[in-house]
Amino acid sequence: MVERTLRLGRFSRRFLPTAWARVAALLLVMMLVLLVSLALGRVMLGPGALLEALMNPHAPTGLIVRELRLPRILLAALIGAALGVAGWLLQQVMRNPLASPDIIGVTSGASAAAVSYLAWLAVPLGMAGLPVAAMLGAAGAALAVYTLAWSHGVTPLRLVLTGIGMAAALGAVTTLVLAISPLTTTLSAYVWLTGSVYGANWSDVSSLALWCVALLVPLAALMRQVMLAPLDDALATGLGLAVQRHRAALLALASALAGVAVAWGGAFVFVGLVAPHLARRLSGYSGTAQMVLALLYGALLVMLADLVARTLFLPLDLPAGIFVAALGAPFFLALLIREVR
Amino acid sequence: MSDTTPERSVQGVGVLLSLTALLLAAMLMSLMAGAQWSTPVAVWQALFHPSGLVVEDLLIRTTRLPRTLVAVVVGAGLAVAGALMQTLTRNPLASPGIVGINAGAMFAVVVLVSMFPHAALWAWYGGALGGAALAALLVWMLALRGQSPGGPLRLVLAGAALTALFNAFSQALLVIDQQGLDTVLFWLAGAVSGRPLTHLWPLMAVTLVALMLCWPLARSMNALGTGEAMARSLGVRVYRLQGAIVVLVVALAGACVAMAGNITFVGLVVPHMARRLLPADHRLWLPGCALLGATLLLLADVVGRCVLQPREVPVGVMTALIGAPLFIVMLRRQGRRHG
Repeated sequence: MVERTLRLGRFSRRFLPTAWARVAALLLVMMLVLLVSLALGRVMLGPGALLEALMNPHAPTGLIVRELRLPRILLAALIGAALGVAGWLLQQVMRNPLASPDIIGVTSGASAAAVSYLAWLAVPLGMAGLPVAAMLGAAGAALAVYTLAWSHGVTPLRLVLTGIGMAAALGAVTTLVLAISPLTTTLSAYVWLTGSVYGANWSDVSSLALWCVALLVPLAALMRQVMLAPLDDALATGLGLAVQRHRAALLALASALAGVAVAWGGAFVFVGLVAPHLARRLSGYSGTAQMVLALLYGALLVMLADLVARTLFLPLDLPAGIFVAALGAPFFLALLIREVR
Repeated sequence: MSDTTPERSVQGVGVLLSLTALLLAAMLMSLMAGAQWSTPVAVWQALFHPSGLVVEDLLIRTTRLPRTLVAVVVGAGLAVAGALMQTLTRNPLASPGIVGINAGAMFAVVVLVSMFPHAALWAWYGGALGGAALAALLVWMLALRGQSPGGPLRLVLAGAALTALFNAFSQALLVIDQQGLDTVLFWLAGAVSGRPLTHLWPLMAVTLVALMLCWPLARSMNALGTGEAMARSLGVRVYRLQGAIVVLVVALAGACVAMAGNITFVGLVVPHMARRLLPADHRLWLPGCALLGATLLLLADVVGRCVLQPREVPVGVMTALIGAPLFIVMLRRQGRRHG
């Protein structure tokens, strides 16, 4: 792998041409998937009809493509991207390739809150409050795990183990709510727990996009700290890093990214685990490139999963989360087994 | 773990006797507890001089007695399965729930229910055992094989990933097949009630036999606890012993999940509690785990019956709500000890 340096006056940056070529290729694949997703569905469109629907504001199929399919695909991409970055960040900070947003309790907190909301508050307050409830749940759980794991600072090991305990407790709460609420709630809750982008509209897309941008900007500023996070604590302290403060900031960012993603899409579980793995396997050690790859793989995974879920069993429209697991899990297991060997 | 001094053993036997007394008390309580509490006298009457005319007798014999027996067997089985895993991996955090064996068994049952809605009960049980075995195999491939198993974290994380995987698939199948959801939801939550004993006795037999088979292995397990090399030099056939332990764990966990659904944290927390009470000798520790596990599951079930009346909290939810905080406290303690 040849590393190049980009210079612009006083600004210079090293980069890996191969990694960025991979990014460009992935973007192309994503565009392709986007176009295919726009064309496929209950109303199938040929290339000509798709072009007309996109360009001509008065085309009869324009509503389907521009108001139903496009926002849904974009929302899927945003959710996947946020989860991919969150997972990558956590694996970096926890120094463990098996960490994921589910592990530190973020997803289970969001799930418990969302299911409780569906059971008791959805009728009086309407569905608009669901993302808020999920976000609050995610934040609360992440904060609780962090506090409980604290004793003279937080170590990755204690954080993971506390997170697993917390996830189990919150999972029990979710099960309890499911078991004591009526079956109709249980069904909608199960769809939420699987993860779905059904019925996405443009306001969902714009608010999630806003959140993602708001969270990615501070992450870009903290990129150096992210790259140093895998170092041993003692070594990092010796190099003059405020280890605990950086760790807290990065964890907060990762939890927030995962929290907003599940708030709009439900508890997609495998993306945060698989996407960073793909990125790490398929690129070198370049930090930013790896993050961008994790973002793109995450987006691609959820887009593909939703495409399959929407079209494979027509006229059924299944939750995309099913196929995230189906696509991601076998691959993940194969990777892990190979890694052990 | 090594063989212990005589007076420690005597002490240990004393502890075991008091645990037995505790278990009997818990069983009595479980027979008494319900929307209408019965008196001990009524329980005695119902068990030994039943009259077909008294409703309370029927209630005790057909509802409370089966769930009490199931809770005892499942509690003992899960606790011992956890203890065996902790011995096998020498990892204090190993347990069937943590490493994904429960999730594997549940996944297998969900697959069965959605593909063959009218499958016989024995097929459920066989499925649960098969799923448990599959999950055990996967965990072994992911975390235990190779020279450096990677410490406690690798096993726990591999288990968490596997659990997520199996749960994702189970959830997906349940979303597609909504009738199935209705059938299995309460079972998924983990419950010891509503299980007719006539269907359960093969599983109870499997569990009890597996529990008894631990006894002849207990001495070699003591040796294994000191490390593989040491055990080998003491004349233990390490691979054969490890294989036997894996089979026992799969049988115990699979049968217990088939009987009672997803009950977590019993296998994790009970061995630690037993370790505090008893000397480090498997011949005392394993029976202690069984007694304590049965007692705890009974108590969790009784509490679950009473807190949200007229509804019941599934016992699996109760054990997780009690066990997870204990687990976190345990972690904090350990963290403090190791600095």
